[in-house]
Amino acid sequence: MLFLLSNLQEYSMAVFMNILIKYDISLTCKAILQEQLEKLAIDFNIIGLNEIEFKKDLLPEQTELLKSFLLKYGIEIIENQKTALVQKIKDAITDMVWSDDILPNIATSAYLADTLNHSYGYLSNLFSEITYSTIENYIIFQKIERVKQMTISGNYTLTEISYQLNYSSVAHLSNQFKKTTGLTPSAFQRIVKKKRENRAAVSN
Amino acid sequence: MPDKPLYVLLADDDEDDRLIFKEALEDIKIKTIVTTVNDGIELMEYLTQDGVLLPDVVFLDLNMPRKNGMQCLEEIRNSPALKHLTIAIYSTSGAERDIEETFVMGANVYIKKPNDFSTLKKVVEEAMRINWQYHISGSNKESFMLSM
Repeated sequence: MLFLLSNLQEYSMAVFMNILIKYDISLTCKAILQEQLEKLAIDFNIIGLNEIEFKKDLLPEQTELLKSFLLKYGIEIIENQKTALVQKIKDAITDMVWSDDILPNIATSAYLADTLNHSYGYLSNLFSEITYSTIENYIIFQKIERVKQMTISGNYTLTEISYQLNYSSVAHLSNQFKKTTGLTPSAFQRIVKKKRENRAAVSN
Repeated sequence: MPDKPLYVLLADDDEDDRLIFKEALEDIKIKTIVTTVNDGIELMEYLTQDGVLLPDVVFLDLNMPRKNGMQCLEEIRNSPALKHLTIAIYSTSGAERDIEETFVMGANVYIKKPNDFSTLKKVVEEAMRINWQYHISGSNKESFMLSM
């Protein structure tokens, strides 16, 4: 305290007055974050020094907006690199399964290794480490999702769907569907139809 | 899977079933936080509190006094604030008609209560895993139906 007083005296003799400040950097950052995050109007929690939890998923536009708010304070959003590569694996699988072209006959392992420039072994281990699931599981998940969407559209027979998604037979498709969802394709179709009828009845 | 625990809410009037369910969740690889309520009325009161943190998955027994699971499911699907919730039916009935009926009403998962603990752990873990897969892949929740 004495030190501070004598300092002030010293400065007061000069024409300019300087004051010394000290700040708690983590408190400062937290206050900035708080201010900027409130602009998004989404509930959030600041966890520790470098993690923010949102009560809802951010839309891509909102993430971009937040990035731009924070950039001028030198605060960056880091996305973990491993997570980013896993996302690329998923995107590549989704692109392949949801393409308008008939699912190619090439091995997915070769396709992923080529597309992402890593060995399949590396990709496969990384995927399991981050997602607690396997690439094979993810492919089946996406394929069955596509089967469902094609079924819901009502424009395709099961034979056509199995051809499009490169199943060896309708029986193989039906088995995988049943194994993945617990329902037969026809039960699924029936449920979707009834759901639609109920909705139509409500809106009338 | 996420680093933070998933939040699970169970509505079941049977005390033993609630206990076994909690134990099963403690035993699986996926980390969860569980809250239980004793019937449908309690469930709906819980979900409609101001500022309540909504669960990642609701496990719903069908046969409950005061308000049964089907009525809860219908209320949840008709509520703008709650209709996006993942609903897993947790029931003793394995009748195909009951199963289809709940899916038509908007259930996402149907679990026939298993008789042994290890199967219970397996199905609950699988349900949580698939739900997470839908969550992160942004797939159409409307077609999320899983019967186990």
